[in-house]
Amino acid sequence: MDVLVCVKRVPAPGGKLLLTEDGLSVDTRHLGFTIGPHEECAVEEAIRIAAEHGGSVTVLSAGPPETEEQLRYALSMGADHGVLAEVGATELDPEATAAALVETIRTLESESKPFDLVLFGNETADAGHYQVGVRVACALGLPIVGGIKGIELVGGQARVQLKRDVSDGVEVYDTPLPAAAAVKEGLNLPRYPSIKGRLRAKKAPLRTLRPTPEPGGLRTVRLRQPPEKEHATVVLGHGAEAAEAVVDVLAEKGLV
Amino acid sequence: MLLVVVEEQAGSLSGGSLEAVSCARELAEGSAEALHAVAFAENTDHAADLAAPLSKYGVAALHLLTGEAMAEYCPELWGRAIAELIEHTDATGLVGPASDRGNELLAHAAARTGQPFASNCVAVEPGEVWTLTRLRGGGILLEDAELSGQVRIVSLAQGAVEPVEAATTHEVAVREFTPTLGESLPHSSLAERTSRGSGITLATAPVVVSGGRGVGSAEGFAALEELAELVGGAVGCSRVATNNGWRPHSDQVGLTGTKIAADLYIACGISGATQHWVGCMGAKTILAINTDPEAPLVSRADYAVIGDVHDVLPAVVERVRARREAAAS
Ligand SMILES: Cc1cc2nc3c(=O)[nH]c(=O)nc-3n(C[C@H](O)[C@H](O)[C@H](O)COP(=O)(O)OP(=O)(O)OC[C@H]3O[C@@H](n4cnc5c(N)ncnc54)[C@H](O)[C@@H]3O)c2cc1C
Ligand SMILES: Nc1ncnc2c1ncn2[C@@H]1O[C@H](COP(=O)(O)O)[C@@H](O)[C@H]1O
Repeated sequence: MDVLVCVKRVPAPGGKLLLTEDGLSVDTRHLGFTIGPHEECAVEEAIRIAAEHGGSVTVLSAGPPETEEQLRYALSMGADHGVLAEVGATELDPEATAAALVETIRTLESESKPFDLVLFGNETADAGHYQVGVRVACALGLPIVGGIKGIELVGGQARVQLKRDVSDGVEVYDTPLPAAAAVKEGLNLPRYPSIKGRLRAKKAPLRTLRPTPEPGGLRTVRLRQPPEKEHATVVLGHGAEAAEAVVDVLAEKGLV
Repeated sequence: MLLVVVEEQAGSLSGGSLEAVSCARELAEGSAEALHAVAFAENTDHAADLAAPLSKYGVAALHLLTGEAMAEYCPELWGRAIAELIEHTDATGLVGPASDRGNELLAHAAARTGQPFASNCVAVEPGEVWTLTRLRGGGILLEDAELSGQVRIVSLAQGAVEPVEAATTHEVAVREFTPTLGESLPHSSLAERTSRGSGITLATAPVVVSGGRGVGSAEGFAALEELAELVGGAVGCSRVATNNGWRPHSDQVGLTGTKIAADLYIACGISGATQHWVGCMGAKTILAINTDPEAPLVSRADYAVIGDVHDVLPAVVERVRARREAAAS
């Protein structure tokens, strides 16, 4: 089972996000970066699948050279190979992102063999386009289901069962391999990298490819802060003494 | 002509569909085009149920996608079916609700037609290119963008517009369309569907009592469960509680968890990071219990109690009980 996981480098803000002066991007000078939580679960799942069924885990990201940090993090968790599709610092639109990933995956597959399973996050934590995985899977001719919170290989590794929550229950999809899935946080609890893993990842070679995607039809004009509702917080009191006032609020809502 | 994808819910149109139809009608009017709806034969029995409300909202025709594969949801085949309908009808735009299924379907339709897709929009204006505003990170930021292509595809975030009926209504012509789908299209198939039954879910609970790092442990959530039970609510949590293994991920409120729409959200020991905020900002009233009067969620809440959740919650539970007993006697 050779598994490919696509991850994106995204800012990890604690509080409010600051924007650059031209409003075209997030001011990341004082921010840390991370892999989105959905995608971290995808990496974890890939490592577990390869450990159980044999095979390898490749992690791929399209982004600026600094994306090395996120690729090495995935390697420190236990992924085998890291591939950077270097596309510069300006965020690509979702069609161009998908095209860059497809071009890179085709190159990788032409050198060895097709991946058995390709994992995506359900949506990126920053842009949240809800489509890059679907576009890549379509271009590669793979079936793909989103919102996945359970992956199980069946039929002697010929098929995969994909489970997801829907508003009123659970759905399980069955598909032959090779296949793709877009997963959600909750699929598993990602591990913390071990010291040994970190040391190994530090020295591991990374592959860099430079795809040249055409821009798509969605063009960002500017980013802005959502309007903040002007309002004052009513402080009901301090400690246990505030309990009576809390019950008043509950009563107002018809809950007592 | 513009197409709008509608979803059936309890024998009528889902709320998100009505919003999408209203938005699509404005786009159609603004560009002097007709508005048609698309539904899947999963809903054939309800074609009449759908046609009546669609007429009120100014839709001229309803395309029912029929055939064996349209009876049961399948993202690849349904997405392909919409792509075929777009080609068949020469549609210049496609709008749908930004529900989980809506976003998935539109992404498939976009990928299979090779057209651009803007998800989670809160405003869309017609024109040579469509100008729109979409949510990034579940609403942490807004993105103004332009969408150009032969077919423009957008999904509309829930609550972005008020559903408004049309000034003039049409008789809705119902047309069936059976997509060819292509023999060899790789696709998944539904193997099993289990329904949860009628319990309270986090997404729809009228009250959510939620805990974060300040609750301190899995055992600490007992007090939250007690209060939730008393007021008929659900228990929620922050990502710190999930990551510490105190609660299952299905309880997590936020960007990568569940977005709630409660009447009252009680946040215990939660700081209110932006990724948490976008999950709870849809609550009508927010009450924060926190030792830190400067915590972001305290500043954004309607009500706050400054104090240790381990003192405050048991006192609240006790007072609720006392008041109920007093009322009963
Ligand atoms: C891409 C991404 C996605 C994310 N998605 C989510 C998500 O979906 N949901 C989510 O919740 N987070 C999410 N996060 C994490 C988020 O950024 C915060 O780290 C998290 O919400 C913090 O949880 P917390 O408020 O419980 O903890 P903290 O931020 O540590 O806050 C604890 C609060 O408890 C208070 N406190 C401490 N002790 C007590 C006490 N005894 N009584 C009362 N109050 C007390 C403190 O004053 C503080 O305000 C995401 C992060 C990233 C980068
Ligand atoms: N720049 C990128 N590099 C690698 N994978 C990406 C990138 N952008 C998006 N993806 C993948 O596509 C998924 C969906 O992205 P999006 O359509 O932006 O919500 C993500 O969770 C990733 O798995």
